[in-house]
Amino acid sequence: MENIIKGRVLKFGDNVDTDIIYPGGYLKERDPKKMAEYAFEGFEKGFSKKIQPGDIIVAGKNFGCGSSREQAATCLKALGVAAIVAKSFSRIYFRNAINQGIAIITSAEEIEKIENHETVEIDFEAGKVKAKSGVYGFPPLPEHMLSILKDGGLIEHIKKELSAGK
Amino acid sequence: MGMTMAEKILAKKAGLASVVPGQIVTVEPDFAMSHDNAGLVIKQFKQFGLPKVWAKDKIVIPLDHRTPAESVESANIHKEIREFVKAQDITHFYDIIEGICHQVMVEKGHARPGELVVGTDSHTTTYGAVGCLSTGIGATEMAAIWATGKIWLRVPETLKITVTGSLPKGVYAKDLILHIIGKLTVEGANYKSVEFYGDTIERMSVSERMTLSNLSMEMGAKCALVPFDKISEEYFGANGLAYDRSKAVYSDADAKYEQTLEIDASKLEPQVACPHNVDNVKNISAMPETIVNQALLGSCTNGRLDDIAIAARILKGKKVCRDVRLLVFPASRTVLLQAIEKGYITDLVTAGAVVMNPGCGPCLGAHAGLLADGEKVISSSNRNFKGRMGSATAGVYLGSPAMVAASAITGKITDPREFV
Ligand code: SF4
Repeated sequence: MENIIKGRVLKFGDNVDTDIIYPGGYLKERDPKKMAEYAFEGFEKGFSKKIQPGDIIVAGKNFGCGSSREQAATCLKALGVAAIVAKSFSRIYFRNAINQGIAIITSAEEIEKIENHETVEIDFEAGKVKAKSGVYGFPPLPEHMLSILKDGGLIEHIKKELSAGK
Repeated sequence: MGMTMAEKILAKKAGLASVVPGQIVTVEPDFAMSHDNAGLVIKQFKQFGLPKVWAKDKIVIPLDHRTPAESVESANIHKEIREFVKAQDITHFYDIIEGICHQVMVEKGHARPGELVVGTDSHTTTYGAVGCLSTGIGATEMAAIWATGKIWLRVPETLKITVTGSLPKGVYAKDLILHIIGKLTVEGANYKSVEFYGDTIERMSVSERMTLSNLSMEMGAKCALVPFDKISEEYFGANGLAYDRSKAVYSDADAKYEQTLEIDASKLEPQVACPHNVDNVKNISAMPETIVNQALLGSCTNGRLDDIAIAARILKGKKVCRDVRLLVFPASRTVLLQAIEKGYITDLVTAGAVVMNPGCGPCLGAHAGLLADGEKVISSSNRNFKGRMGSATAGVYLGSPAMVAASAITGKITDPREFV
């Protein structure tokens, strides 16, 4: 994980649920490349084609509420989504995103002022999102979660622990 | 300082004298449940290159989500799971005959007071009904548990809900919890442990308490606990389930609650959660006329014997409206057998219901009984998200089993109080 990333914003509202991000009809899919094709299919048919590697999702409250389906995080990872910034996350989605190696940023500030398709810069160390409308702060993730992100997700993290004999 | 139920269970599992909200602990679950998504867990587990899972007798796998397989892909996943179960000699495997994972977990005694269960399903919160701390996780995280036996958990803040008074006739546990979600919103309990108290709860059966713990997930709860009491004891006894009574935990008198809520149950009327969020809850008296094409009785929320009994009583000797498809999918084989024995299934089928196999059915939009464009369903399940049960232009309305039955007769969302 880079300390500073820049990317185009894809803007969403409150309570974006897992059936919107990844509809239940596609749950039999186990190949992340295939999952990627269905990302946000419940929001708009074919929406995944509008997502570019490096994009940053900015959303409102309770992002990822609903199901425990990890595909809702895996599909975004496979498309190269660099980070998700939201006012709050549902707890299972929060874990799933980190376990898939997607940076998660919770900011209680006025991130709704960030506009769709503008370019923002995220400075993880300083805990800041720099946008046209201003600079929005966020608290850093706990060390334990950062170490999972730095390893690129939980699978690599556990592999490292296993080979270290922990 | 005193501790809440969740704090006590997590402290004990972590081998600590006490814990505080926000603290992160590493713990070993007593059981780890996966359903059809065990297919994904297996794929991730194989990446570790380990010959054996951490504990073959602590992994539980009930198949329920797409059963019997609706596609070749699902059939292949089921096949792969069965092969893995054989190769690893997994003790607790329930093939497609048994029913919905959460019902099976409680029925088979894998949910026990004072213990910790994680599952790759959000409604794993259901087992809080028997005093078990249970919560949902993702598939990769489950693979890590299969490998290491460990998971990190954040100690949650606790929300105390006290319910007093008798539920009026025609108003049920489902209405109570929908009302609570309407009040607190879909993120009102996010990251929190919920504890239920009060004389209304004390009188409820384990089945009704399961409805509360199940739906608490829809306000974001990490877990939703009801103290283990005489009623739970009787349930375990009657079903011959082994458990350790001394493990049951109770919050201390000076435990710290982040929030408290008091509800007078006697004032409630039947509730409807309208599309497309579970907190979009209305009193039945405030509902505009709403024609339905389908009525769904079942799911891990309300597919148990008492739910089927209420519906059968309402439908006995009546006819399902010709413009409505009434689908019944019992929560488990045990439930179905009991419902057959009691004659409920005869009453329902005679009235015009379609009875399906125990399992999730159309609840998650992946199997039989999906909705067409623009159709509406009154459902006893727990989620009404856009596109949840088929077409993205369909509307899912959530209500009690009694409301589902009454609506199936009239063809529109109907106040069940006129029918009970
Ligand atoms: S019945 Fe519905 S909510 Fe319950 S486990 Fe099955 S899909 Fe999930």
